[in-house]
Amino acid sequence: MASDKTIDNPDRRDFLGVTTAVVGAVGVGAACIPFISSMNPSKDVKAKATSMVDLSSIPEGKTHIVEWQGKPVFVVHRTDEMIAEMEDSSTELDPQADKDRVQQPQWLVVLGICTHLGCVPNRTDKGWSCPCHGSIYDNSGRVVRGPAPNNLIVPHYEFVDEKKIIIGKA
Amino acid sequence: MLKKAFSWVDERFPLSEVIKHELTEYPVPRNLNYMWNFGFMALFILIVQLVSGIFLAMHYKADVTLAFDSIQHIMRDVNYGWLIRYLHSTGASAFFALIFIHMWRTLYYGSYRRPRELLWWTGIVLLLLLMATAFMGYLLPWGQMSYWGAQVITSLFGTTPIYGEDIVRWLRGDFVVGDATLTRFFALHYLFPFIIAGAVVIHLVALHWVKSSNPSGITLHAKDNIPFHPYYTTKDLFGLGVFLIIFCAFVFFNPEFWIEADNNIAADPMQTPSHIVPEWYFLPFYAILRSIPDALGGVIAMFMSILIFAAMPWLDRSKVPGGALFRPGYRIMVYVFLVDVFVLAYIGAKPPEGSFVIIGQIATFIYFGLFLLLPFVSAREDRRSRIEGLPREAERLIREEQEELLRNEHYLRRDEDEVLLGQIRKRLDGEEQ
Repeated sequence: MASDKTIDNPDRRDFLGVTTAVVGAVGVGAACIPFISSMNPSKDVKAKATSMVDLSSIPEGKTHIVEWQGKPVFVVHRTDEMIAEMEDSSTELDPQADKDRVQQPQWLVVLGICTHLGCVPNRTDKGWSCPCHGSIYDNSGRVVRGPAPNNLIVPHYEFVDEKKIIIGKA
Repeated sequence: MLKKAFSWVDERFPLSEVIKHELTEYPVPRNLNYMWNFGFMALFILIVQLVSGIFLAMHYKADVTLAFDSIQHIMRDVNYGWLIRYLHSTGASAFFALIFIHMWRTLYYGSYRRPRELLWWTGIVLLLLLMATAFMGYLLPWGQMSYWGAQVITSLFGTTPIYGEDIVRWLRGDFVVGDATLTRFFALHYLFPFIIAGAVVIHLVALHWVKSSNPSGITLHAKDNIPFHPYYTTKDLFGLGVFLIIFCAFVFFNPEFWIEADNNIAADPMQTPSHIVPEWYFLPFYAILRSIPDALGGVIAMFMSILIFAAMPWLDRSKVPGGALFRPGYRIMVYVFLVDVFVLAYIGAKPPEGSFVIIGQIATFIYFGLFLLLPFVSAREDRRSRIEGLPREAERLIREEQEELLRNEHYLRRDEDEVLLGQIRKRLDGEEQ
């Protein structure tokens, strides 16, 4: 049986050992990529990543709830009073100007998920109130009263034409 | 730091001991050839099958209305789904190829003989588990071949006297292969690999108790053993590299090679494909099934064709060490057996008509005939070797082996061994003086 004590150049053997281990580890790591990647959303799921909303069917002052990526999105056709009121007001919990939350003032698009613990807030005249823990949002989707820490999220959306938006990025 | 962590563990768990005992100081005969690589490769492919299978199960749907489409979903939509599925389908074929070579090695070199009978039997149990797992897995894509293969194989149990029909209905959970069958096959296909993994542990415990056999068939003296690590880890990894080149060539360049084209048509209970063929690894056994004109007899013959391997330690009572190396008669038999299995595989893939039937029946006769001939051949070889003796170098090794065995606490003394030792001593002493 060959003994380790008799090898001429132990450093060389260490180098070979370490090299083998590193190359092996890189190989195993690379082989993990497809498996981990397979758990990401598949192509058919990604195909549903955007939702098209026809705005012409939403009367002034009304809200439509549309589904985007399995989540509710509130699309509000705001009246002139609402717009005026929102542009003048401000909130303290998560201060943000109304104009930064809309692309066109008459259309408010927010994710219908309470930023507290994920419930769907109910529509009121003044905005929304969350049935779970009583958070209140105004007509700009900004949080007026906690426990919610943040304003309702404005998802990425684009106007395709005057009366059509597409929510989400493909 | 690392050293400290190791000693912390060692105080609580025999980690270093296990590594030393099973790896860095585990003695392996130094004369193993590349035929001894296949067990390790089979273990590797088992892990590939486990991992790829678990990831496939994340996307597969075991429901007759969804199963076929969920495979298409995996192939087209799931990220790298094509790769994972082709790894799994090619892996199944590779698994059988490796296991068949592994078994052929055992037969050729007589590795099933004392003291490795239990090792051999656990291996046969593993083969049966593997076959059951592969068969159930093959139903899951719910293609035409999946469906009709399962229909035919479950029908085999219908040949059981009296209770046949009840058993078949129980197996299927339906009057035909249906949703109940698919769901239970999926559940069991997920379960069995873990039973296989457990059986592999038993197989390895048995191996590490009796140690590896070697081409000479003579248990070598301690000085002829080398530690498993680094000598055989290196050799196993080299063999694995060669295997992976071939395996990946199929996975990436010809994955459909192992998949029957008809299985890309969704299962249709109203329409049998014109020619049903099992997967290649079942072909020899399928040929045996069809060669027997009687239905029940065919099923018995098919099961016997695998179970008869378990009888090898009894059929082969030779005192000549090892397998084919020192045994000219046996050597011819193992090669005839190999050719015969290929003939059976070819017949299994052909429609049962004309000369194929006769050839299949002859090949089946030879298959079982070889096993039944073995006791007589080994007795004759024994007689010859008692008169002429083996090559003197081999006899010296046997003398060393026997003398070492006598010092082993687990060795059960046998008169026949001592007679053999006495004869060898007489021959060797006579010549050495």
